[in-house]
Amino acid sequence: MGLKLENVSYKYEQGTAMEVAALDNVSVEIPDGQFIGLIGHTGSGKSTFVQMLNGLLRATQGHVYYDGEDIDGENFDRKGLRANVGLVFQYPEHQLFETDVVADVMFGPRNLGLSEEECRARALEALNAVGMPERFYEQSPFDLSGGQKRRAAIAGVLAMHPKVLVLDEPTAGLDPKGRDEILELISAMHRERRMTILLVSHSMEDVARYVDRIMVMNHGKLIFDDAPRGVFAHYRELEEIGLAAPQMTYIMQYLKEKGMPVRTDVLTVEEAAAEILQYV
Amino acid sequence: MFKGMTLGQYYQTDSALHRLDPRVKLVATFVYIISLFVVDSFAGYAFAGLFLFALIRLSHVPFRYMVRGLRGILFLLLITMAFNLFLTPGEALVKFWIFTITKEGLSFAVKMAIRLIFLIMGSSIMTLTTTPNQLTDALESLLSPLKKIHVPVHEISMMMSIALRFIPILMEETDKIEKAQLARGADFESKNLVKKVKSLVPLLVPLFIGAFRRANDLAMAMEARCYRGGEGRTKMKPLIYHGNDYQAYAVLTVYLLCCAAIRIVL
Repeated sequence: MGLKLENVSYKYEQGTAMEVAALDNVSVEIPDGQFIGLIGHTGSGKSTFVQMLNGLLRATQGHVYYDGEDIDGENFDRKGLRANVGLVFQYPEHQLFETDVVADVMFGPRNLGLSEEECRARALEALNAVGMPERFYEQSPFDLSGGQKRRAAIAGVLAMHPKVLVLDEPTAGLDPKGRDEILELISAMHRERRMTILLVSHSMEDVARYVDRIMVMNHGKLIFDDAPRGVFAHYRELEEIGLAAPQMTYIMQYLKEKGMPVRTDVLTVEEAAAEILQYV
Repeated sequence: MFKGMTLGQYYQTDSALHRLDPRVKLVATFVYIISLFVVDSFAGYAFAGLFLFALIRLSHVPFRYMVRGLRGILFLLLITMAFNLFLTPGEALVKFWIFTITKEGLSFAVKMAIRLIFLIMGSSIMTLTTTPNQLTDALESLLSPLKKIHVPVHEISMMMSIALRFIPILMEETDKIEKAQLARGADFESKNLVKKVKSLVPLLVPLFIGAFRRANDLAMAMEARCYRGGEGRTKMKPLIYHGNDYQAYAVLTVYLLCCAAIRIVL
């Protein structure tokens, strides 16, 4: 069933001089099992959007439905929603607080009221899934490296067994290797567990390689919502709002202008190479 | 968690008060507080209230922002009033059970309440029309004579401006961590006191760690730019008095004299 937003708007500081509309009449459906990229410039409303999905922010107008139920409804189980829609914030390593890594990952399951053994089992499983080396399990999370901290924090959300996993800029501040590892990890979650994934990013390159669908936000509005190739075809409009298509789009576009009849809707370097070779 | 904290919250707009030199506003607040203790009659308070009202109009800050600051002291206000009301000896007005309300107590309690309300609103005008940085600059400038007796005025004002600068940052950080833990199923709304205190650990530990991290970064950044105290340091925007500032001082003097006159005459 998944998530559904219906004419959702959100205003910060409503009723003051500083009133800002962070979301403006957004309607969208997120069916189960999709891998979606959400792209937008800083301040485009991405972070507000993701906080709508698990009820951390309440829509000032419109409705959000999870599996057909209004999440602002009176008898709606909001804690249950937060277990089902896992949200990994930007710089999630800033939320670590426990004395050792396993205990920190167990925080989420504990809040769900599970037994101690069950919590532990889930924590170990989640840590294993994010590829945390076992020698770190009993260490203080504050002694880990940046990339490992982030893995621990992501495990903390995974241990709640969410059906939908939302990640807000999970690769911010990581080096290229760390970035690829985290993206690969997220992609594996999608492939192996059929999780619905919403990946927030401002990097087209990151997103293009993995997702089935891209949503582009600008000034609180959803301006594109299509398959990656469809969205990148609008690369000129994307540039106007300060975003860019993947580099390959530009190269292929340039080649075509110079008279080489290649497809321009390629996403990755490999695809581009294959396309050019075919022509040559 | 900290929503609606007005003290130290600048209201961005353009007004005669916003343009004043922060030193004038600091002195004016001080003078206004003194004046509240100079006048001692209801006529005097009416005058002080009128002055306050004029300032509020001049500041272009919506009235409800001024009143918002009062919520924080509501409890203090009620206790002060209750103590004065019941514990002042004198001519009895009402008597019930062990409580006696005297005429003196009543007038004292009302005066105390007026004083407190004016005091808070008066200082709110200053903080709403002056950025924290301007305020610390003003403080540094006004206290600079104390350097002669080796009071570390620059260091104190630097610490104050850093502390003030970090309040919104830490508030934002608290909000973020709170949300991150809520997303992990944390419950901050428990009625049970022990549970409530326990639930704060996941919030406070990351907050402290973040604060130390920021403090370290800031110290490093300051050192990288060769900060080594106030000796010989110049300012990008030095405080200079203009015509309107002298006028403001004049108005302030007249106001204080009027207050003194009211005290003597009545």
